[in-house]
Amino acid sequence: MQVPEKVIEKILLLIALSSIFILALITFFIFEEGIPLILKVGPKAFLLGEKWIPSKGLFGIFPMIVSSFWVTLGALLFGIPLGLACTIFLSELVPPSIGTFFRPAIQLLAAIPSVIYGFWGLIVLVPLIRIHLGGPGLSILAGSLVLGFMILPTIITISEDALNALPPSYKAGALALGATHWQTIWRVLIPAARSGIVAGVILGMGRAIGETMAMIMILGNAVKMPASFLDSARTLTTNIGIEMGYASGGHRQALFATGIVLFFIIMALNTLAIFLSRRRAP
Amino acid sequence: MKICLAWFLSILLIFPQIVGCQRSKAGITVAGSTSVEPFAELLAEEYMSRYSESHIYVQGGGSTAGIEAVITGAANIGMSSRNLTAAEKKLYAVTIARDAIAIIVHISSPIDNLPLDKIREVFSGKITNWKELGGPDHPIDIVTREEGSGTRESFQKFVMGKEDINLGALVQDSNGAVRQVISSDPNAIGYISLGLVNEQVKALRISGVQPNLTNVYNGKYTFVRPFLFVLSGEPVGEAKSFIDFVLSPQAQKLLLKEGLVPIIEKLG
Repeated sequence: MQVPEKVIEKILLLIALSSIFILALITFFIFEEGIPLILKVGPKAFLLGEKWIPSKGLFGIFPMIVSSFWVTLGALLFGIPLGLACTIFLSELVPPSIGTFFRPAIQLLAAIPSVIYGFWGLIVLVPLIRIHLGGPGLSILAGSLVLGFMILPTIITISEDALNALPPSYKAGALALGATHWQTIWRVLIPAARSGIVAGVILGMGRAIGETMAMIMILGNAVKMPASFLDSARTLTTNIGIEMGYASGGHRQALFATGIVLFFIIMALNTLAIFLSRRRAP
Repeated sequence: MKICLAWFLSILLIFPQIVGCQRSKAGITVAGSTSVEPFAELLAEEYMSRYSESHIYVQGGGSTAGIEAVITGAANIGMSSRNLTAAEKKLYAVTIARDAIAIIVHISSPIDNLPLDKIREVFSGKITNWKELGGPDHPIDIVTREEGSGTRESFQKFVMGKEDINLGALVQDSNGAVRQVISSDPNAIGYISLGLVNEQVKALRISGVQPNLTNVYNGKYTFVRPFLFVLSGEPVGEAKSFIDFVLSPQAQKLLLKEGLVPIIEKLG
């Protein structure tokens, strides 16, 4: 017996709607739990307060906002040059035989669970930093290095897509005008694919800000304003991750409120990425 | 259309059965402190292997949540790693074991012994260098537990009193994570359950008293917290039989092996 197409359409619509419904439900609960606390503490004291001592009713997340950006900035400092170099190599310079091995390897990088990255960072990177650079080792530097690697697949895959999507005439034209291969890459192809590359970087940034497990293990989670890259820090996500186990009442609401801040940051980044990738290259 | 209907019906048919299965194996629920949870799980497993018809569900959630669950009737037994507050005193509580907390440092540290007030000054951030305690000239890395942790609460009460733990302290979210950090950092100091102290870290003497079972029993080492089972009234039925088992010498021996301080001093 034939199933009418209309029925299949409706079923698929229902399934599609259910994913949006779940998103709406999550958003609703985060806001429902978090907003009352922000109003009680006061938005200014919550966002700009420098002390987080839930047992005393102090809920200032400013150090965590700052730390989140420090760690992300650090990750981009490592991730962008590495990612861009890797992209150029993969899309322009790599011999096909190596490329077939390279691409899956990079995609595999994205498939490694973050707890493994965290464990590796804790066992390998942290002692190295403590011995050679000082401080406790559990630091923004260690977190940034690990995150830098974690965002590589995002940056590389999206940037490579952007480069490969360019019309072949760009490259042919540049070469015909007498530009060397490197000049073509650096002066023609990269600028032309700029918007895609920037979108990749911003999505990588979103991944960096959202990373939790690895950061709980590496950052040290101290709740003070970081003064250097060798200081321990706590990001917005790790604050939720580390304290949710025992939090109740106002403390729990404060963690949801932390989630609201995170929600807005991620929304802003994703909107920016969508906007940039839609805009045509000049 | 018929296929759809069949699917829908079969789902309807399956679901009540899943729910039904869970209901048919009714048992008692034990909820609360995540410090007690692993031990309660162990005891529940042992108990269920002896009495296969019973079922004991063990859940975490924290001491306060566990006590709350007993009051509201969501759980039969609450687990608490702290003493009951005045408002909770009307509940029925059984101490199933005690847990000593040890101050630990890296195995290579020259420090073996610290007076309580020095420990307080280290954790509040007044002493920041090992030099001031007779150690090497190196900043101290303090490691603490996260806000809300029962271990942290006990530490706050026993050591810190009114003072705050320095906000610059490294925060780890389990006993194991604290031990991991301290075992690899020669300049770190922290606190964990005595039962989890191993050869990777060194437990400090506090004002000359070595943390060990003997000193806990004779009352010299006082940094000890109770592990309680809390009930809304005198235990009856399944709950009573489980608690009787937990207090039996076999179960207490099990707890001793796991590093807790049993309530029975002389175990066979």
